[in-house]
Amino acid sequence: MEQLFQTLYGIPLLGLVFQLGGYLVDRLPSIAPIVLGLAAPIALGALCGVMNERSGVVNIGIEGIMLIAAFVAFVAGAFAADAFPAEGSDVFGVTPALLIGVAAAVISAMLVSLLHAWLSISIRADQIISGTIINIAALGLTGYLNRLIISANPRAGAGTFKSFNPPDALVDLPIIGWVLNMFLDQGPIAMIVIVLVIVLQIMLFRSRWGLRTRAVGEHPKAADTVGIDVIALRYRNVIIGGAFAGLAGAYLTLEATSSFQNGMTSGRGFIALAAVIFGRWTPIGSFGAALMFTAAEALGVAIRFRPPDGDLAALGDVMTAIPNQVYGALPYIITIIILAGVVGRSIPPAAVGQPYYKESRA
Amino acid sequence: MSGGPSGPDQEPATDPKPAMDPSADAGPVIEAEAPQAASPQAAVPPPLPRDPVARFWSVAAVPIAAVVLALLVGSLIILASSFFAVGGFEPLLPVEAYSSLLRGSFGSVNGLVNTVVAATPLVLAGLAVGIGFKAGLFNIGAQGQFLMGALAAAGTGAALAQQPPPIAIGGALLAAAIGGGLWGFIPGALKAWTGAHEVVTTIMLNYIAAAVIGYLITGPLAAPGFSFARTGPVGNAALPIILGRNGHLGILIALLAVPLAYWLLWRSTLGFELRTVGANPNAARYAGMRPGLLTIFTLSLCGLLAGLAGGGQILGTSGFMNASYGTATGFDAIAVALLGRAHPVGILAASLLFGAMRAGSGLMQIEARIPVEIIDVIQAVILLFLAADVIVRRILRLRAARSGVDEIQTVTRSYGEQAAR
Amino acid sequence: MTEPQAIQPSAPSAVPSPDRTLAAPVENAPALEMRGITKRYPGVIANDHIDLEVRPGEIHALLGENGAGKSTLMNILYGLAVPDEGEILLDGVPVTISGPSDAIERGISMVHQHFMLVPVLSVAENILLGEETMANAIFLDRSEARRRIRELGARFGFEIDPDAPVGSLSVGWQQRVEILKALYRKARILVLDEPTAVLTPQETEEIFAVLRRLADEGHSVIFISHKLYEVLAVADRITVIRRGRVVGSRTPAETNEEDLAELMVGREVQLTVDRGESHPGEPAFTVEDLHVQDDRGHEAVRGVTLEVRAGEIFGIAGVAGNGQDELVEAITGLRKPKQGRVTLGGRDVTGSGPRKLGAAGLAYVPGDRHRFGLVLSFPLQDNLVLTSYHKSPFARGLVRDDQACEDWANRSIAEYDIRTPSCDVPAGTLSGGNQQKAVVAREFSRDLKALVLDQPTRGLDVGSIEFIHRQALAKRDAGTAILLVSAELDEILELSDRIAVMYRGELVAVVDGRTANREEIGLLMATGRREESKSPIGAEV
Repeated sequence: MEQLFQTLYGIPLLGLVFQLGGYLVDRLPSIAPIVLGLAAPIALGALCGVMNERSGVVNIGIEGIMLIAAFVAFVAGAFAADAFPAEGSDVFGVTPALLIGVAAAVISAMLVSLLHAWLSISIRADQIISGTIINIAALGLTGYLNRLIISANPRAGAGTFKSFNPPDALVDLPIIGWVLNMFLDQGPIAMIVIVLVIVLQIMLFRSRWGLRTRAVGEHPKAADTVGIDVIALRYRNVIIGGAFAGLAGAYLTLEATSSFQNGMTSGRGFIALAAVIFGRWTPIGSFGAALMFTAAEALGVAIRFRPPDGDLAALGDVMTAIPNQVYGALPYIITIIILAGVVGRSIPPAAVGQPYYKESRA
Repeated sequence: MSGGPSGPDQEPATDPKPAMDPSADAGPVIEAEAPQAASPQAAVPPPLPRDPVARFWSVAAVPIAAVVLALLVGSLIILASSFFAVGGFEPLLPVEAYSSLLRGSFGSVNGLVNTVVAATPLVLAGLAVGIGFKAGLFNIGAQGQFLMGALAAAGTGAALAQQPPPIAIGGALLAAAIGGGLWGFIPGALKAWTGAHEVVTTIMLNYIAAAVIGYLITGPLAAPGFSFARTGPVGNAALPIILGRNGHLGILIALLAVPLAYWLLWRSTLGFELRTVGANPNAARYAGMRPGLLTIFTLSLCGLLAGLAGGGQILGTSGFMNASYGTATGFDAIAVALLGRAHPVGILAASLLFGAMRAGSGLMQIEARIPVEIIDVIQAVILLFLAADVIVRRILRLRAARSGVDEIQTVTRSYGEQAAR
Repeated sequence: MTEPQAIQPSAPSAVPSPDRTLAAPVENAPALEMRGITKRYPGVIANDHIDLEVRPGEIHALLGENGAGKSTLMNILYGLAVPDEGEILLDGVPVTISGPSDAIERGISMVHQHFMLVPVLSVAENILLGEETMANAIFLDRSEARRRIRELGARFGFEIDPDAPVGSLSVGWQQRVEILKALYRKARILVLDEPTAVLTPQETEEIFAVLRRLADEGHSVIFISHKLYEVLAVADRITVIRRGRVVGSRTPAETNEEDLAELMVGREVQLTVDRGESHPGEPAFTVEDLHVQDDRGHEAVRGVTLEVRAGEIFGIAGVAGNGQDELVEAITGLRKPKQGRVTLGGRDVTGSGPRKLGAAGLAYVPGDRHRFGLVLSFPLQDNLVLTSYHKSPFARGLVRDDQACEDWANRSIAEYDIRTPSCDVPAGTLSGGNQQKAVVAREFSRDLKALVLDQPTRGLDVGSIEFIHRQALAKRDAGTAILLVSAELDEILELSDRIAVMYRGELVAVVDGRTANREEIGLLMATGRREESKSPIGAEV
C-alpha cells in the first residue's frame, strides 16, 4: 500500500493531484470549522439572492443590505447592552442585547429590501440601478453614522455569540467526526445557516410557495393566467430574502467579530451573487459554492502557514508558488468561467430583471 | 423558450398629434386583433421641444430636481445628526454645513482647483459608464478598469521615471489606457462571444482587478526601501501642474474627452451604430451593423476612459500606488453617468457637482462636524430620486419632462437572457 | 378600468341580477351563449354584434382569417377584454367575467396559441400551478397529483409522464399538458386558440381524438382555426367570422371547403389601384432549393425555389406561420439558410449579411417595423438613413453629415407625404402609417435591383395602404424586381404579376396574378391543394 502511494506520488502531474488529495484529507478537519464560519455570511447572502432571483428580481444590493444590517446590529446591540446588561447564557452566550441586535439587523435589512422591491417591482425602475443605489447608500450611511455615533464616542458592542463546543466523543468519531465538528463548532447564526439552506431547498422544490416562486421567476405571465399574484409574490420574496441578508450582517458584527468597520462586508455580497450563479440558483448549490469559495481562501492561508512538506514537498512548492491572491480571486474567476459557459452553463431564471406588467384590460 | 413578457407592450403614441393627422390609422384596419402589439423597444420619450430653453428644461428638470430634493433630504439627516455632531438640537446646522461645503469647494482658488481636480476622474469614469449606457451596456466595471489603469500607470510610470517627461508621461498614460481598455475588452468579448451578461462579469472583474493589484504591488512591482508595499515613485511621469496648487494635466485630458465623446456619439457613424445597438439591437442587425463587435468596441473604449481616469489619479495626484489603493471613483461614476443622463455635457456637470461636494466635504467635517460620508448619502438619494422619478415629477408637476433614466431602460431586462444569447 | 361592470346587458329583458350565486342554471340552456358582443378599438370594430352559442358536448369551430375578430371574442370570454356591448350567458345565466381567474372558476379554460407553460417545470408542476393539490398547509401532495394526472390522461387516451420537464416535450405533448391543465381545473368549456398551428399532421390527428373524447364526456370545446379541412374534420358546428361579423353558421354535413373558403375570405375587393402594365425583364433575384430552420431548429422553409424578374412583382400568399418569416429573413441576410442558393443580379449572395446585400442592390421593408425597421427613440431623420448612414452624402469616413441627413429627411418627408411636425421628433411618436411610410421612403430610395416587401401595409389605414401600393408599382415600373410577402390576400391579388402560395414551408403553386382567382388562392392558402379532395387531414401536396 505504502509503495503504491509512493509510486503514485512519483508520477508528475497525477502525482500532484494525489498529493493534493492527501494534503486536503490531512488538513481539512482543522480548517473546516473556519471555512464554514467564513462561508456563513456568503451563504446567507446567497439565500437572499436565490429568493430574489428565483422570483424574477435581480438584487445586486445584497452587499449594501448586509452592510446596513451589520451596522444596525452593532449599534442596536451596543445600546441594548447599556440598557440591559446581562451575563451570557451557557448556550451560545446569548444575552438580550445580542438578540435585540439580531432582530434590529433583520428588520433593517427587510426595510431596505422593501425599498428595493418597491423600486424594482412597483416603480419598475432598473433593478441594477436600484441595487447600485442601495450599495452606495449603505456605504455612505454606515460610514456617516459610524463616524458620527461610534468613532466620536467609542463604545464596546454587545459582545459576540459563543460557539457551541461539541463533546469530544463526537469530534473524535472516525471520518464523520470532523464533519460534525465543522457544523457544531459554530455560533448560532452559522448553525442556523445550515438549517435555513435545507429548509429553503425543500420549500423551493416541494411547497406551494416554492412552485409559485419558480413559475413567477420563469414565466410570470403563465403564473398570472392561473391566478397567481405575481407582484405580491415578488414583494414577499424580496423582503424575506432581505431577512437572510440581515442575518448575514448580524453575523459579521455579533458573531464573527464584536465591532463594526466601514465597508466591512468587503465584497461578500458580490461573492454571494457569484455563489448564486455557481450554485445554479438553488439553496444547497449556492451553499456548496460558498463553502468552496471560502475553502479556497482558507487553503490559501493555510498553505502560507504550513505548506505541504516531506513527501509532499513537490506539491508544497507548486502551491506556495501560486500567489495568495489567486485563492482569493478564485470565486470571481470561476463565476466568469461558468457564465461564459466554458464548463457547463448556468442558466438563470428566464424572467430575471424584467418588471412585470399585469395584463391590461381594455 | 427565451424571455418572459416583453415590456409595456404599447404601440407608442397612438395619437400624439390628433390635430395634425386626424385620419391616420382610421378605417377598416385588418390587424385590429392585437391592439397592443409587442414592442421590443423601450418606451419612446416625448419629443424634445424646439425652443432651446424648454429643451434644456425638459431634459434637465428631473436631474436638477433630484439634486435639490436630495440636498433637502441631506439637510434633514444633518438636522437629525445634530444631537451627535454638536451634542444638542441645532436648527441651523444644515445651513452651516452646506455653507462650509460651498466655501470649501468654491470659496477660494484652492477650493475651486480642488473641485476641478476631484471632478477630473469622475468625468472620465463617468463617460466610461455613460457611453456604455448609450450602447445598452451597464458597465459596473468602471471601478476595476479604473484600478487597472492606475496600476498600469503606476508600474509604467515607475519604470519610466528617469526618462524625459514626454516619453515618461506618454508611456504611462498609454499604459493606463491599455490596462483599462483590456479590462473593458474582457467583458465585451465575453458578452459578444459567449453571451455572459456584462453586469455580473464586470462586478467579478472589479474584484479580480483588486487581487491582481494586491499581487503585483506586494510582489513584482513593489519598490524596495519602503515600510509598506507600494510602487516606486513615478518621477518624470508625474503630470505637470497646470492650474493652481495641484491642478494637473489630467484636467485637460478630461476636458478634451467631453467633446470627443460627444463627437463620437452624435457626429460619427461609429457612435450612431453604437447608439442603434443600444436602442434596438434587432434594427442594428437589420441595418447591417454588427452588435457583437460594437459591444466589444464599446466596452473596450469605456475601459480605456476609466483606465485614463485611474492613470491620471496616480500620475497627477498620488505619485505612486499602494496595495490597498482604493477609491470609490468607479461607483461614483455610475451616479455621475445617471445624473448626467449619459450625455457628455451632463456628465461634466454632474462630475463638477460631485467633485465640489468631495472637495468641500473636508471643510464641512472640520467646521460643522458633519462626517464627509454624508456626500455618499446625498449621492445615493439623488439616484433614488432619479430612479423613482415618478415622485419627482409628481412633486414638481413636470409631466412634459423626460424620465430620470430613460436612456438605460433596456439594460437590465436582458439580465435573464445572459445564457440564451 | 372598472372591473365589476364588465358587461352591460344590452336588452332590458336580461336577467336583472347577473350574480351567479343567485341565479340557478336554466334547463336545456346552451353551455355558453354570447349575445350581441361588440368591441371597438380606436378606428376599428373588432367585434360587431357577434352571437355565438355553444352546447354541452359540442365541438364548436370558430373559423376566420387572421384578424377577423376571433381572438378578441375569446379574450372577452376569458375576461381579458371588456365588451362595449353584449352579454355572456353560462348555462342560461348572464354572467360578468372579471378576469382569467374568474373565468377559470366558472369552468372556462383557454389554451393560448402561445402556450402558458413554464418550460423548466415538470408536467405535474405546470398542471398544479395555481390550483395546487396539497398534502398539508405547506407542501404539495405530489403523489396524489401524479395519480390524478395519470388518471386524467388515461381517461382521454394518452399516457403522460408527470415528472418530465415540459421544455423537453414536443409541441404536441405540450398542448396536451395545456389541455390537462384545463381539465385539472374542472373546465367545462375549453377554448383552443389555433391549436394546430404548430403541430405536425400526426399530432393534429391525435389532438383531435382527444378533443372528441372531451366532447363525448360532455365538455364544450371552442376550436379557433383558419384551416378549413381541420374544421370540417373535427367540428360539430362551424361559425364563420369575417371582419368582426358572423357571416355564417354551418354543420360539416351541409358544407364543404369551397363554401367555407368563400365565407371566410369573402368576395369583395375593397381597394383597387390601377396597376398598369408590367414589363418583366430578366430574372434579377433567384432562390434555389432554400432550406431554413426556425429558432427551435425545425425546418420552416423546405426547399423553396423562385425567381423574380426585373420589373415584376412576385407575390407570396399564405396563412401566417407557414415559413414566410424564415424565408424572408434568410433572403435578407438576417438568418443563415441551411441549404440552397440565392442570387441577386446574377451574383451568388447566399449567406451574405444585410450590409453586403444592401450594397448589392437589395432593399427590405420588414414586416415588424418596431422590431427591425425603426429605432423608435431616434429622431425621424436618423431613421430615414438607418440603412445608408455610412455612405455618402450622409457620412464621409467616420464623420456624419447632419445637414445632409436633414436635407434628405426633409426631401423624403415631402416626397413620401410623411406627416410629422419636423424631422427631429422621435420616430415612435408618429402614427403607424407614417412610421411605415418612413421605412418605405428609406428603402425605396436606395439604389435598387430587388426589393423585399414583408407585410408592407400591416395595421395601416386605407390612405397609407394605397400610398404604399402606388409606390411599389412605381418601383416595379422602374425595373425593380419585387418580392411581396403578405398574409393579406387582397394585397397580393392587387399588386402581384405572379402569385405563389406558401404552405408548410413550401411553395405549392404559382399562378398568374392577373387571372388569379380569389377562391382558388384562398383554398390553396387554407389547404395547400387546388382541388377539393377527400384526402385525410395533413396529406401532403
